[in-house]
Amino acid sequence: MSLVQSTHPQTSQPAKARAILLAWPEFNKPAVWLVAVILLIMPFIANGFFLIEIFATTLILGTIALSLMFLAGYGGMVSLMQLTVAGFAAYMVAVFGMSANTNISLGWPWWLATPMALLLATAFGTLGGALAVRTEGIYTIMITLAIGAAFYYFTNQNWAIFGGHTGINTVATPKFWGVDWRSDIPFYYVTLGVAALCYFAVQYVSRAPFGLALQGVRDNPRRMAALGFNVNAHRVAAYAFAAFIAALGGVLQVWNYRQISPGSVSVGACIDILIIAVVGGISRPVGPYIGAFIFVILRTFALDLLVKFGLDGNRFRLLIGLGFLAIVFWSSDGVIGLWERWRRRAAATGARPSGGKPHG
Amino acid sequence: MDNAAPRFSSVAAGAALELRGVTRLFGALAALTDVTITVRPGERRAVLGSNGAGKTTLFNCVTGDFPPSSGTIRFFGEDITHFPPYERIRRGLRRTYQISALFPGLSVRDNVYLACRGVSRGRFSVLRPGTNDALMHATEALIQAVHLTSVREQRVAELAHGQQRQLEIALALAGAPRFILFDEPAAGLSPTERRELIEILTSLPAHIGYIIIEHDMDVALRVVESVTMMHNGRVFKEGLPHEIEADPEVQELYLGAGHE
Repeated sequence: MSLVQSTHPQTSQPAKARAILLAWPEFNKPAVWLVAVILLIMPFIANGFFLIEIFATTLILGTIALSLMFLAGYGGMVSLMQLTVAGFAAYMVAVFGMSANTNISLGWPWWLATPMALLLATAFGTLGGALAVRTEGIYTIMITLAIGAAFYYFTNQNWAIFGGHTGINTVATPKFWGVDWRSDIPFYYVTLGVAALCYFAVQYVSRAPFGLALQGVRDNPRRMAALGFNVNAHRVAAYAFAAFIAALGGVLQVWNYRQISPGSVSVGACIDILIIAVVGGISRPVGPYIGAFIFVILRTFALDLLVKFGLDGNRFRLLIGLGFLAIVFWSSDGVIGLWERWRRRAAATGARPSGGKPHG
Repeated sequence: MDNAAPRFSSVAAGAALELRGVTRLFGALAALTDVTITVRPGERRAVLGSNGAGKTTLFNCVTGDFPPSSGTIRFFGEDITHFPPYERIRRGLRRTYQISALFPGLSVRDNVYLACRGVSRGRFSVLRPGTNDALMHATEALIQAVHLTSVREQRVAELAHGQQRQLEIALALAGAPRFILFDEPAAGLSPTERRELIEILTSLPAHIGYIIIEHDMDVALRVVESVTMMHNGRVFKEGLPHEIEADPEVQELYLGAGHE
């Protein structure tokens, strides 16, 4: 039916719509639309605490973990420095922008400081990637962890630029068009917009030549070279792409907390990003956001729950750890893997009674 | 070396592939010793030899999977000895692997598409290919040429062995190959699949030359015009297929021992 070739290209509305659906098969799923609508009307459902502490934080952490998902899921490179790249961007926003530490901050307006921070953090992530691609597997993890640890200790000890262990406080956030973009509802929409942009960018690129080639590099780097690809250049480019996404997350993070200190770029925080990505699942871009949601919910409410059961509330990490263990034990691909297995089983049992074929 | 027929050695000018004194050491072990081979453009040659004769090492040196320890390799006159593999591939060299080297996580179509993309521009493109993308058409044509149309949406990990071998060949035919190295393409194929393989090889355009490593003499001798016999990392003999087949030394070394 679709094999009929016409000499004149048709530009009718349905054909155009079909072309868009071909380029974006994701738009064909009702679940995607449902989640999109819920996220859009969230400010009318949730109060300020939920909006920022739960949802905005989830979107920010999810975006940083998304950069790891891109590298690990498509490129087979587990980078533990993605939070460090985000933290670097956060520091650069504070250093170039305005803050209470006037002897450090240069006082640039946000629209100048933010692109500068994104640029420098992307360069930082790309350089780290250029080092890391010389290694494979566990050594990639080690070298990126080393970069993360080195950055943490450096920020702790450097007072001239990074403000030592107290960090940089009261960082200015954007205000324009008469809107304070850090007030709850506008900031929620900013994080939602950035997260959606990053999510769709990763989703889109995964089916573009660059993303496909990255998956080829993951599966068989030697063969990729024998097909004409410069494997290391591809890996470094992937680090650059991921660094930009992580940097966007970092900018949002410093706007969220209005301060940045070494505690935010600690080795523990780097590992948290890995946990978020693995718990959610690294096979698809939605995984990191699911993982971040679970992580934030646990982090916020586990404390109360533990106290209710007469345990020390500070042990909430124990719950996260146990959940991590359980998910890694039962599913090789996080929550996504569990969900897909459940759906396959449901489809296997549910498909038998209804014999009708869906019409496409 | 002394036995090499002159018609196969001294045509250096205009050679597709020219190896001069190529040696490859693995520690103290010499996998290749002073190998000199010249192949004309469009020539089809078999490399024979027992296990450990250095056939696959020869391929790895030519494609740059690992470089030779000494000697020079020229591809259509250009010295490619120190080129990285992808630069050689972009100049029209192709290879297949003895053990299928595919991308198991991707579909058949994505595998072939990557092969087409690897030898054209836009390797870093972040734009998805449209429905009228020229490379997409090339991809579909290649899939059809190796009879994989019915499974083109399937992940490679789910394919049968014979289908994986066919895909292996499709990857080597992408773009505009000038010279192909086939490393035991018939390994593990059924008689029917072997016939299909011979058909694919013999129907290649005449300007595409190749070297084929093949243990199955029925396959090898039907698709080549010349034969290089290797032994212990050296070129043992070169000649026409029937000469090599009839050669008593070769028979003793290769066909005689353990051949049914």
